[in-house]
Order: sequence, then C-alpha cells, then structure tokens
Amino acid sequence: MLWSYTKTSAFYLLVAVIVFVSIFPFYYAILTSFKSGTALFEVNYLPVHFSLDNYVSVLTTGVFVRNLGNSILVATSVVVLALFLAVTAAFALARVSFRGRGLLLMTILAVSMFPQIAVLAGLFELVRAFGLFNTPFALIFSYTIFTLPFTVWVLTTFMRDLPMEIEEAAIVDGASPWIIITKVFMPLMWPALVTTGLLAFIAAWNEFLFALTFTSSNETRTVPVAIALLSGASQYEIPWGRIMAASVIVTVPLVVLVLIFQRKIVQGLTAGGVKG
Amino acid sequence: MASTHSTIRIMPTGPGHPKRVRSELMRQRLRAAGWFLVPMLVALAIVAGWPLLRTIYFSFTNASLTNLDGAELVGFKNYLSWTVLKSGRVIWSGLLSDPAWWNAVWNTVRFAVLSVALETILGTVVALVLNAEFKGRGLVRAAILIPWAIPTIVSARMWSWMLNDQFGIINDMLMMLGLIDHKIAWTASSDTAMIAVLIVDVWKTTPFMALLILAGLQMIPRDIYEAAAIDGVHPVRTFWRVTLPLVRPALMVAVIFRLLDAMRIFDLIYVLTPNSAQTKTISVLARENLIDFDKFAYGSAQSTMLFLIIALMTILYIWLGKVRFDGGDR
Repeated sequence: MLWSYTKTSAFYLLVAVIVFVSIFPFYYAILTSFKSGTALFEVNYLPVHFSLDNYVSVLTTGVFVRNLGNSILVATSVVVLALFLAVTAAFALARVSFRGRGLLLMTILAVSMFPQIAVLAGLFELVRAFGLFNTPFALIFSYTIFTLPFTVWVLTTFMRDLPMEIEEAAIVDGASPWIIITKVFMPLMWPALVTTGLLAFIAAWNEFLFALTFTSSNETRTVPVAIALLSGASQYEIPWGRIMAASVIVTVPLVVLVLIFQRKIVQGLTAGGVKG
Repeated sequence: MASTHSTIRIMPTGPGHPKRVRSELMRQRLRAAGWFLVPMLVALAIVAGWPLLRTIYFSFTNASLTNLDGAELVGFKNYLSWTVLKSGRVIWSGLLSDPAWWNAVWNTVRFAVLSVALETILGTVVALVLNAEFKGRGLVRAAILIPWAIPTIVSARMWSWMLNDQFGIINDMLMMLGLIDHKIAWTASSDTAMIAVLIVDVWKTTPFMALLILAGLQMIPRDIYEAAAIDGVHPVRTFWRVTLPLVRPALMVAVIFRLLDAMRIFDLIYVLTPNSAQTKTISVLARENLIDFDKFAYGSAQSTMLFLIIALMTILYIWLGKVRFDGGDR
C-alpha cells in the first residue's frame, strides 16, 4: 500500500517536473516583459510588477511593427508557394508508380537534410544576381529549400493513405489526373494541407541564417533577426525588457496556434519521421 | 508496408480492348505525373542544386565577397597547400591545417553527440510518461509542445536572460538551493558556454524527440505488456526486453534526423554565445568567413566540408542500418 502510494507520488512528481521545466522559461519571459526600470534587476518568481512600458516602446519606437509585417508576408508567401508546388508533386509521388520514384523521394528527403550553410554562398550569388538582395523576395525564394521538400514529403505520406476506391471511381468516370487532384483529393486533403502549411509557416517564421544574411537594413529584417540584433546604447546595455516584450509578441500567436492544432501537428511531425 | 495501397490497380473497364485501355490510362497518368513533378524539381534545382554546385565551385577559387565574378580557380589551396621554404621548412596552409577549423569540427561533433544523447534519454522518459494513462495527460502533452513552438532565437534570448550572471534566475535558484556558492557567468565563461548551449538545445528539442518516440511507443500493441504483466515480468525488465527492441526502429530514425540537424546548428550558438571559441561550430565559423571576414572562398570550402561530412554520415547510416525512409516500394 505504502509502496504503491510512493510510486504514484514519484510519477506525479516527474510529471510536475516535466510541466514546470517546459513552461517556466516562457512564463519568466512574460513576467520580465511586464517589468520596467530597475524592477528588471530584481529576481521575482511571481508577478509583482505590471507595466506595459516595454510593449509600448517596442511597438512605437523603431521598426519592429515593420519587421512583423515582413515576417508575415514572407512566411505566408512561402507557404502558399510550397503548397501549390507540393500538392501536384505529392500526387505524382504517392499515386503513380514509375521507375525511380524511391530514388526521387530519397533525393527530396536529402535536400531537407541539407546544411543551410552549404548553399549559402551559392544562394548569396543568385540573390544578388537576381537583384533580390535586401528584399523579402530573397527570403521567399531561399526558404523554398526547406519548406518545399518538407511539404512534398508530408503530403506524399498523407496522400498515400487515401483509399484507392475513390480514385478508381473517378477514373471510371473519365476524370483526368488534374481533376482528380482538384475535385476529388483536395476536399479530402484540407486537414493535411492545414497541418503542413502550419508547420511550414512556423519553419519560415523562425528561420534565422538566410534572413540574417540576405537582408541588411532594419526595415527589411524579419522578427528573429530583429530580436537577435535588438540592442541598447552600448554592448553592455542589453534592453532585456524590450527583448522579452518582442519575444512574447512573436511567440504568443505561435503557441496559441500550436495548442489549437496540437493533435494535427503531432501527426504531421511524426508522418515524416516514423515510417521506417 | 505501403506497397499494397500506394499504387492504383486499374481494372479493365469494359469489354472490347481491356489491354489497350489499361495502357492508355497508364500512359496518361505517367505523363500527368511528369508534368506535376517538373515545377517542383525545377524549383529544387534552382534553390538547392545550383547553389550547392556554386558553393563547391567557389571553394576551389579565390572569390571574395566583392569580387564573385572575377573569381579564379586555385585548385585545393583553400583546403590544403604547402610551400617549402629555402631552409627546407614546410609551411602548411588551408583549412585542414587551420586549428580554428579543427576546433569548430570538435565543437560541432561534441555538441551533436552530447545534445542528441541527452535528448534521446530525456525524450524516452517523457514519451514513457505520456504513454502511461493518467489524469491530465493532454495537459502535459500541450505543455511540452511549448518549447518546441518557441522560435530558436527567442529561446536563445530567453535563456541568456535566465542564465545572466548578475540578474539571472538560474543562478538565483541554484544559490537558494545551495548548489553553487557563487554566481556563474554561464554563457560568457569558457567552462560553461557549451553547457549553456546544451541546456537550451535540450530544453527546446526534447519535446520533438519525445513526440517521435511516443509515436513509436503507441504502435506497440498493448496486449504484449499485458502478457508480460501476467507472466510476472518486472516492468524494468519489460522495458529493456520488450519496449526498447520494438521502439528501436522509430528511435533510430529520430536519432539520425536529430544528429544531422544538430551537425548544422547555427542560430542558437550565434545568439547565445557569440564569439566563444568553446562553442563555435562549423556553420558559425563558415558564415563568419563568408560574410564577416570577406574570405568567401575559404568559407565556401568550410561549407563544402560540412556538406561532405553530413552526406557521408547519411550514406554510412543508410548503408549500415539499411533503413528505409520512404516506406514505399522502389
């Protein structure tokens, strides 16, 4: 009796530790973002200060709002582009058997494993040659390298699991592959498209290396770069309050989205990984 | 496993010429498949294939950031070259003789191995907890998704505030618990910089690992555990003898994905511990040379080497493990 009681308590203690470690840093960032002035430099575990100064300062001075706009524009365009290219490609890869299909799938997976730094020099040249340097288009263009393989991969695994009877019926009715995709599969694929799109959106929203390299002025930066480079008057005066406020602003929408779609996201994440 | 339903089998649809109908349909589908694949392949060739080839090309030239077009081929000079002095002394140059390069390789490997090992162990623990049935399981699963959802840059900055030497809450906690007697400059001190990076990476990525392992755990039929319980097998023994072998394929895929991902780490280190020689990885070093130091060709050589290392690891792994990533028929 005592033993089983101890075991249950140990289990719930472990659960509590997991939850605490997972949410404490974000909780502390929110706590810090509401502190201003010297309150920043006292350690508090519970909310005792409340001031919106940091939020006001981040949103009204500087170009953070512009950076937010850039991030939204880039991430949305990248998702639309990737989904558009991926849906048709996934149909071909999932539903039509042709020679070299396995190899092609492997190549696509290999591209998503590319170290981004390995294409940085070549992309830098391309971006400059196309005149895209320091514009959002440079990012929309370069982000395709990780969003496209990923969306193709996940949509292919989703499409492979759609029942073939539906497709056979459409073929009997004389539907062409294009009609099958747009009229038969698309309505069934909405959940998959939303999940994949959301994951690609998050990846584009968080990207740092390309954004840091292909933009050079404050106005064209995306939020991760803006947050990374947010600095005070000198190197030793890091504006922690403003950094935390900016961090909370860009993270809250993501956390909310992820919590709403958590089941779908877990499915999407594991679709690529665990099919061995 | 997917081979039974991944291709559509078309039945002859009418009397007449079933064979001709079938092949015509097949041809139409193949043609359509080709057209569907072309845009994606072209896009990938432009954003991935061509830039990769150019990076490799630049690594054999003397290109500089301001003079990309006028680059001249210099052979393997960026990788390794030597000059023999009159005195007979040999001077080596190129990245293979550069201590900064080998330091970065060592940092990258150390980071990748340690972080993935820790994430695998902790991820397994979290996955086992989530696989048990208890009240509030949904809540825990939602909670562990939060670190995953937070952008890397944001988590780097959040943690560098928490790990701040003067005002950081981590030092405060550890002092309160009596685990340390003086405040530690986690990110700045050379002894702890790598530990700081590992803490943040493990915090951020363990949830991903846990979810992948959990998906593997959930594919194990429950009755195996029931049978083990009826036979009176100790749960720890069940874990080693039943759970682990069955979850191993999923675990191995997760580990290799993470390992390849960890080898290319850039953003966390760039923001959390800038200019620390103890944490500078290949990606950070290569970008520094490419963009900041105007040693474009040299940076390209380092990028190319990282690509080769990762490619080699992948090939070795597929060859050794005979893992099939696609699950489809070839």
